[in-house]
Amino acid sequence: MSTGGSYSNERPPTVDVDYAADPASGSFFSTEFKKCSLDDNKHEDLKQMLDSNKDGLKLEAMKRIIGMVAKGRDASELFPAVVKNVVSANLEVKKLVYVYLVRYAEEQQDLALLSISTFQRALKDPNQLIRACALRVLSSIRVPVIVPIMMLAIKDAMTDMSPYVRKTAAHAIPKLYNLDPEQKEELIQVIEKLLSDKTTLVVGSAVMAFEEVCPERIDLIHKNYRKLCNLLVDVEEWGQVIIINMLTRYARTQFVDPNAGSEDDDRERPFYEDDEEIEDDETLAKRPKPMDPDHRLLLRNAKPLLQSRNAAVVLGVAQLYQHIAPRTEVSLVARALVRLLRSHREIQAVVLTNIASMSTRRKDMFEPYLKSFFVRSSDPTHIKALKLEVLTNLATDTNISVILREFQTYIGSSDKEFVAATIQAIGRCASNIREVTDTCLSGLVSLLSNRDESVVGESVVVIRKLLQSETVGHKDIISHMARLMDNIKIPMARASILWLLGEYCDKVPKIAPDVLRKMAKTFISEDDIVKLQILTLATKLYLTNPKQTRLLCQYVYNLAKYDTNYDIRDRARLTRALVFPSQGHEDNKLAKHAKKIFLATKPPPVQQSSFKDRDQFQLSTLSHLINARATGYQDLPPFPEEAPDPTVRYVELPASFTPENHHKPSHPKKSKPQKMKSFYSDESSPEDESEDDASDSSSDSDSDSDSSDSDSSESSSDEDNESDSEEEEEEEPRFKRKVSGGSSKKRPEKHGVSQSSGSEDTDSSSSSSSSGSESSSDEEAENSEDSDEDVKKKKKSDREQRNSVPQGRGNRSNLDLLLDLDDTPPAMDTPLLTPSLGGLLTPSPSSQPSQPLPPGASIQPASAKFVPTVTQELLNRISGGGLAVACRFTRSPHLYSPRMTSVELSFTNNGSEEIRDISVGSKKLAPGMALHEFAGIAVLSPDTTLNGTIGVDFNDTTQPAMFDLVVGGRTFSINITAPIGELLMPLAMNEGDFNLNQIKLRGMNEQCGVVSLSSGNKDIKSLVNRVYETANLLQVQCSSNDIVKFGGQTASGKALVLVSLSLPQDEQESTISVNCEKMVISSMLLKEIKSALKRD
Amino acid sequence: MIHSLFIINSSGDVFMEKHWKSVIPRSICDYFFDAQRKANNNEDIPPVITTPHHYLISVLRSNLFFIAVCMTEVSLLAPHPSPCLSVSATLPTGQLSNVPWRRSGVKYTNNEAYFDVTEEVDAIIDKSGATVAAEIQGYIDCCIKLTGMPDLTLTFINPRLFDDVSFHPCVRLKRWESERVLSFVPPDGNSRLLSYHIGSQSVVAIPVYIRHNISFRDVGGGRLDITVGPKQTMGRSVEGVVLEVPMPKCVLNCTLTISQGKYTFDPVSKVLRWDLGRIDPTKLPNMRGNVQFTVTQLALSGLKVNRLDIYGEKYKPFKGVKYITKAGRFQVRT
Repeated sequence: MSTGGSYSNERPPTVDVDYAADPASGSFFSTEFKKCSLDDNKHEDLKQMLDSNKDGLKLEAMKRIIGMVAKGRDASELFPAVVKNVVSANLEVKKLVYVYLVRYAEEQQDLALLSISTFQRALKDPNQLIRACALRVLSSIRVPVIVPIMMLAIKDAMTDMSPYVRKTAAHAIPKLYNLDPEQKEELIQVIEKLLSDKTTLVVGSAVMAFEEVCPERIDLIHKNYRKLCNLLVDVEEWGQVIIINMLTRYARTQFVDPNAGSEDDDRERPFYEDDEEIEDDETLAKRPKPMDPDHRLLLRNAKPLLQSRNAAVVLGVAQLYQHIAPRTEVSLVARALVRLLRSHREIQAVVLTNIASMSTRRKDMFEPYLKSFFVRSSDPTHIKALKLEVLTNLATDTNISVILREFQTYIGSSDKEFVAATIQAIGRCASNIREVTDTCLSGLVSLLSNRDESVVGESVVVIRKLLQSETVGHKDIISHMARLMDNIKIPMARASILWLLGEYCDKVPKIAPDVLRKMAKTFISEDDIVKLQILTLATKLYLTNPKQTRLLCQYVYNLAKYDTNYDIRDRARLTRALVFPSQGHEDNKLAKHAKKIFLATKPPPVQQSSFKDRDQFQLSTLSHLINARATGYQDLPPFPEEAPDPTVRYVELPASFTPENHHKPSHPKKSKPQKMKSFYSDESSPEDESEDDASDSSSDSDSDSDSSDSDSSESSSDEDNESDSEEEEEEEPRFKRKVSGGSSKKRPEKHGVSQSSGSEDTDSSSSSSSSGSESSSDEEAENSEDSDEDVKKKKKSDREQRNSVPQGRGNRSNLDLLLDLDDTPPAMDTPLLTPSLGGLLTPSPSSQPSQPLPPGASIQPASAKFVPTVTQELLNRISGGGLAVACRFTRSPHLYSPRMTSVELSFTNNGSEEIRDISVGSKKLAPGMALHEFAGIAVLSPDTTLNGTIGVDFNDTTQPAMFDLVVGGRTFSINITAPIGELLMPLAMNEGDFNLNQIKLRGMNEQCGVVSLSSGNKDIKSLVNRVYETANLLQVQCSSNDIVKFGGQTASGKALVLVSLSLPQDEQESTISVNCEKMVISSMLLKEIKSALKRD
Repeated sequence: MIHSLFIINSSGDVFMEKHWKSVIPRSICDYFFDAQRKANNNEDIPPVITTPHHYLISVLRSNLFFIAVCMTEVSLLAPHPSPCLSVSATLPTGQLSNVPWRRSGVKYTNNEAYFDVTEEVDAIIDKSGATVAAEIQGYIDCCIKLTGMPDLTLTFINPRLFDDVSFHPCVRLKRWESERVLSFVPPDGNSRLLSYHIGSQSVVAIPVYIRHNISFRDVGGGRLDITVGPKQTMGRSVEGVVLEVPMPKCVLNCTLTISQGKYTFDPVSKVLRWDLGRIDPTKLPNMRGNVQFTVTQLALSGLKVNRLDIYGEKYKPFKGVKYITKAGRFQVRT
């Protein structure tokens, strides 16, 4: 319903000439009108045009025909003429013929079959758009004969290179299923395969197919659950809605109720606020078990979608939270829902219905937004009614005065229906909130003298309900109302007054018989409900006061006996038998108890929200909106008592997603390196947690730059998926994103990196270059699962991948064509990240070092394990005139060039005035060095700190980088010296490669030293940390326990740097060796590490 | 799943139909016409009409009705990615890249980035002039014509103002959550980057005030006396002030004396429209209802854009920000 489908409001002018003209926007509306007059041979000219051999004429004819179809006019007799053109070479004509076929193929099945072979050919077309289009049409032709062909086509498309075609295959599945439900089993297999697809384009459609065909096969989701959660943010909007709905159901079957244990309440909470606090302590005691991490994962990943601009997505997340989140978290969604109230009336209606339903249980949730539900005179009536409903639901004793004042203004509205609803709302507030009952009642009574009859009528009805629930008598009000009887014409109001008089006839003994007398006179002209009430009144009066009313009563019964309405006749007969038992039946038992029957105390009417019973339906569904079960509605299952086995969701070796995983029986095979891993998991677990926090509080970083670091490490870790055996499972989602990220992550070629452009370049030593392209995503899918496994397995997968290259070659022609398509965006030459990556301007580090590494496929750039927080002062606030500048090495790869070391400059204004225009002036760099300046800072207001990141290519020397900082006209000379450790970049490699390279770098390239360890550095962990602090290296997994090895390369020259540290068990001394072909580097690094290890 | 779609124009003709599954006769729309007849005006037609076998979902946009026919349960607001035969080739351009909102290879000679900060004030003002409820609905629309694949960062001086925000898919949510900075690869051309909502909890200064005095007599008409004046606009003038007064049905015509601007009365819709133009604070225009106005160069919430940084491309674009405050659903009760 929302129209926010396309991403950009303006369609980009299309580059593609072939497809440029949109046939749908053609002139068929105007031309088509001329056609109407022709009758019998009316389509003759069209046929001729179709038979001609000019594409222009054919196109014109097709446009007219499609115009007719759109107008709903019958064009079926043209079928033979049109279907011939399915082979047309002209793409425009072809597309229109497809449109025509979809509409009429069902009616002319035999003829339609003629076109099938064309589709089959088109399914093999090199152009992915044509393949997709053909599949779409093929699946839209509802001709049962072609079911096997469709099945084949879907299976083919399922393994297509292009995700777009795979998406179309997913769309075709429900259509095939509708056509022939027999195919279900086979289709489920296809769905299973498509669900495991990792491209965001496909998963949404795959889940839709799942929902349509086999929503009961929840087991298919287990393996994909985490992937779906993690991809959720990146899926297109409509896919998000479907996935969220499906996951809601999934969560209901797989996780236990997060609210279990805390009291079950349907009660309106604010009332019980006081008692609640006491209860809270109790509930804390019986607090439910901690939530399943997967349950949490879903909630966490859905939360950002509340900020989606698509109303359906927001509503989807809202219902997800309502149905599966712990009660305390549900209120998060209120704000987003209130925002939706600004949109179109249809959306408003749906959202308000959902809010109304939610607010019956949770007042506190929407109470802060009370004013947003105030009615505007321009709202349509049904919106007004819904808003009233919400306002009434939200009424508590604290805000009731505001609400009542608001209601008062509504009564003056010119919309009669709305005024009536308002009066009812006042009645409901009055009966729900004791404090205001009297005020409301007097207010309503004063409305009885309103000029407007409908207002009076409605007030009477509401007063009747209120009086009924009041125990104290309101003689005045009743007698006042009895007097109104003469003027009020509204049947419901008249009936209400009569009922009141009858019920409380003992309080107004004089008036009631008189009213009955008047009513008896007008009985014949009264409305049916009034007649019934006259009967009731007569009966009650006779029972209490037979002397005065006996005759009147009999008269009324006689009138009723001959009434045209059978209800009234029946009622009269029944009551008469009770009250005036016929001759011979005087001892009738019922008659004896007539008084008890008629004057029994009646329970007061309960005035509650009409939305109360909507709870049974899932929010945001059609059934919920219409408050009736729609065909195909599935009930949301209740939470299970015991959670089903959570291990089913573990994707092959999910490593330590949660620490407990380590002793899960599902991973019996754990090789040695895996054990090393657990060591690492300690180290990265803080990161895990911060990830968790990130979604909640978004404060995973203490400073801006820190977050950019962590993000950059994310993006870099994407690249080395094959090698990062030490990376944790939480890395996986990022990796997946990267698959969708596609080839765009290539580093800019202009910066002198030898990135070969084609993605077929798989046989280069590094296997990662191929993984950049979507085309290999299938193999990649396997690899990703393997990626966490131990080194051996990895090597195997490498081999597999190499083996798979020839296959890729086999498909190559197809692939080339795919890439040649104009529509495929050429590899972007800027680093780009998907939005959810959080960004950042730091691109992935080079996927391939410029200088080919020695053999050993495992050598990959990695992200820094440690980010220093120490800053170095560059400019003192005194000499800088209030401006202080400090620098910090962020250890993240620099955007501009991989040879550069990123240095974060933080500018603090300690002065009292604004500092303007901070930028880099002239640079005085040693030869071979380069500096990339930061984006200038325009204004730095007092007491603020802003950061800028510069990139310095130190050319593998420790010479300082000197440059001028221009601050509002003044220049300051800045001097940055990098410690040797910061000139390095970490490399991930396996032990074999480490040893191999170390052997090569013997002799003068090797520097050895002995260091006596300080007392604090005895264990491996602190040693490793010390080394990380000193140098930007990465530990290499190592089989021996008393040697620690580190790998890295120099930032600028990309020369390997290998460090090994031996740790004799009992001795105080450790031997360090540093291997690097640049001897200066190795000797300086050795010195640095030594001093670091000596330090306490 | 939507079965069919009908488009109906204001005169009640079904002028377009589209069937995704088997053809549903257009007589199904009769249910809709019944509902239309029952409703006072088109706005009041319920969005979902239940018929014995189908559910009709109606959407009204610019005087056209879109009637979607469904047979089974659907997730509301979410028309399924219907298997529509959209043959226009522009659709998949973006679909295949990871920045679906931007095509590649954009080139401009003049690189420009303009941002319009538009704020609409929704307010309800009661008889005595007191504000019953006031909210600000703001948008940042951008017109970005930048070469290549720029990566922009927009920072605000006072990002804490944002109460509730929704973004264009290009905006990186994480970065916003952690740093309150808008980081994005912009869509080419015009787009709505973000919309925000400043709720009724915060205090909103209303830029105009209206004093009115209206009385109706049963015979011979009534009196209408309205005065409009500016308030709290920080020196900016209020422009384009229009007053719309919906009159009761019994009003046949209005004869008014006005000190400024011009007025029209539409006897069909019974709306009196007073076009004031700019308010001159020294001489107050003197003449109930909805008010529209514009204050340029001012965002009522006090929102200010701090700076725009561009990464990934090397040119320096022209940058510009414009602030406008408008009346949204601004109502004065009488």
